[in-house]
Amino acid sequence: MQRETWTNLAILLGLLIVPLWAWVTDEPFTITLATRAVILAIAGVGLNIALGLGGLVSLGHAAFFGIGGYAMGVLASHAQAYSPLLEWPILIEGTKSMPMIWLVAIIAGALLALAIGALSLRTTGAYFIMITLAFGQMLYFFMISWPAYGGEDGLSIYVRNGFPGLNTLDPIQFFAICFTLLVLVLWLFWQVNRSAFGLALGSARQNPDRLRAVGIHPDRTLLVAFTISGAVTGLAGALFADLNRFVSPTMFSWQTSGEIMVFVILGGVGRLMGPVFGAVLFVVLEHVLGGVSEFWHIYLGAILLGVVLFARGGLIGLIAGRAVAHG
Amino acid sequence: MSFVLLVEQILNGLQFGVMLFLMAAGLTLIFGVMGLINLAHGSLYMIGAFAAAATAAATGSFLLALAASLAAAAVVGVLVEMLVIRRLYDRDHLDQVLATFALILIFSEGTRWIFGSFPLFLEIPDYLSGPVSLPLGVQYPLYRLTIIAIGLVVAAGLFALIARTRIGIQIRAGEADREMIGALGVDISRLYTLVFALGAALAGFAGALIGAIQSVQVGMGEPVLILAFVVIVIGGIGSVPGALVGAILVGLTDTLGRFLLPIFFGTFMEPSAATSVGASLASMAIYVLMAAVLIIRPRGLFGAA
Repeated sequence: MQRETWTNLAILLGLLIVPLWAWVTDEPFTITLATRAVILAIAGVGLNIALGLGGLVSLGHAAFFGIGGYAMGVLASHAQAYSPLLEWPILIEGTKSMPMIWLVAIIAGALLALAIGALSLRTTGAYFIMITLAFGQMLYFFMISWPAYGGEDGLSIYVRNGFPGLNTLDPIQFFAICFTLLVLVLWLFWQVNRSAFGLALGSARQNPDRLRAVGIHPDRTLLVAFTISGAVTGLAGALFADLNRFVSPTMFSWQTSGEIMVFVILGGVGRLMGPVFGAVLFVVLEHVLGGVSEFWHIYLGAILLGVVLFARGGLIGLIAGRAVAHG
Repeated sequence: MSFVLLVEQILNGLQFGVMLFLMAAGLTLIFGVMGLINLAHGSLYMIGAFAAAATAAATGSFLLALAASLAAAAVVGVLVEMLVIRRLYDRDHLDQVLATFALILIFSEGTRWIFGSFPLFLEIPDYLSGPVSLPLGVQYPLYRLTIIAIGLVVAAGLFALIARTRIGIQIRAGEADREMIGALGVDISRLYTLVFALGAALAGFAGALIGAIQSVQVGMGEPVLILAFVVIVIGGIGSVPGALVGAILVGLTDTLGRFLLPIFFGTFMEPSAATSVGASLASMAIYVLMAAVLIIRPRGLFGAA
């Protein structure tokens, strides 16, 4: 436990120091990279709730990431065009306020996860993987063919949304917002993991029959976890859209689902900081290898293959040992 | 809506379904026999298409191109099975998903590296191009009709292989009880390689056949792969007849949905709105079908209850 705690602290501290250093030396691009890593880490932590704690191998988390992104895109595009979102039966205006957008993204992610989860959890194992993948793809194609919000071209938002009292266009201030949210989300993961609900979730993963025997419905437990997971990933989607000031159906694509899963696996499934480490590594690799070769995905693939075949328990497992790896 | 157009769309749906079957049959066999979920199946489809396009460009022969697609996909399949997939059989699905996702990255970028980002084109040969006249005044492209025929022949061959031959017996036994057929002296690892190569060859063949209708490009395999997943979820994982029924259902639903939904909405909406609403809903139709099947039969139409 000790070694993993130290590793976790080191990762979090590193993730804080690098952008601060970049701020001091005036290198905004590094801050933006760090912000990207932090946002992707939030998406990874979201998936880790379903995948790591609940054992639900969801290959459709792009759906929640995407709907969070579009929550931001739709609200902000209506606000920047001064056209109401809905006039009847009640007037709903667009908004440029981040907290409002986050709330909508979280609710949208949760509701979508509830619907997809309720259907997908009727099955298990390989069926579950394929079905979540298929639902993600369904939304991807829907967003492409639905012309109201840019269709295939996506939506551009000209000015980053605002947060009361902060200048979100300043990279370090936006980083601070995202980093704070990451810490909150990690705290949520930790609380879920150690709560009674977390124990039930662990048994739903390991031995659903016993859980049923003590009077807890495993499917319902898993559905709640899947919903929380979708909500967190939705929040990450809204932040990601705000980082790029752009949303497109790519956020819904199956590659996005695969990448979110890669963060979790690279770092270590079910570990608190696994997705954070994975996301940071992914962004660093993308930046470094992307500079070396146009075909950097080959190297990413090779590294990923190496981790899956030879470093079970992820890279944190490699550093901190397998003792605390979940069952 | 004319009758001729409807028949054409039904044939299109059938052709699409038959292609999906070639993909889904391999996937479902690999899952049924080895318990492996293979995301890289779409890459084999792509490799088949590229091998065919390159061979056709070099030799000008369409038949050689088809043969090359079968051979290339099977060889790559055998190599991948022996180098990577073999280590994944006793791992959980998560590791399999990740490792095969990594394979997709390697294959896609590798192909882009060799062939570049621009799509290649595979010409339909003269003797298969042009329309044929069917009864009731329907005109239909000969090539697409040939695809339907080839697909049905392959399906029949596959059923015969599984039902009638010694390898088929071993495959069915492997699905039922892996340890037992090992104990009975069947070389399991050879059987696995064989099944994987068979699935790979079918996927590569499908890629080559479709490559002549669409363009041959990197990333062409994954959309088809995901549809093949939908097919085997509907049909029941591990069931080849299920894959056939599921594939035809998905092919028809998708094609007819795209054709009929805009017309349906056009009866009470403005034409432009009807087209966009119809197209959006049509793109979701097969997933709605999948959800409906799952609600009624969570293990698929032909899956063991």
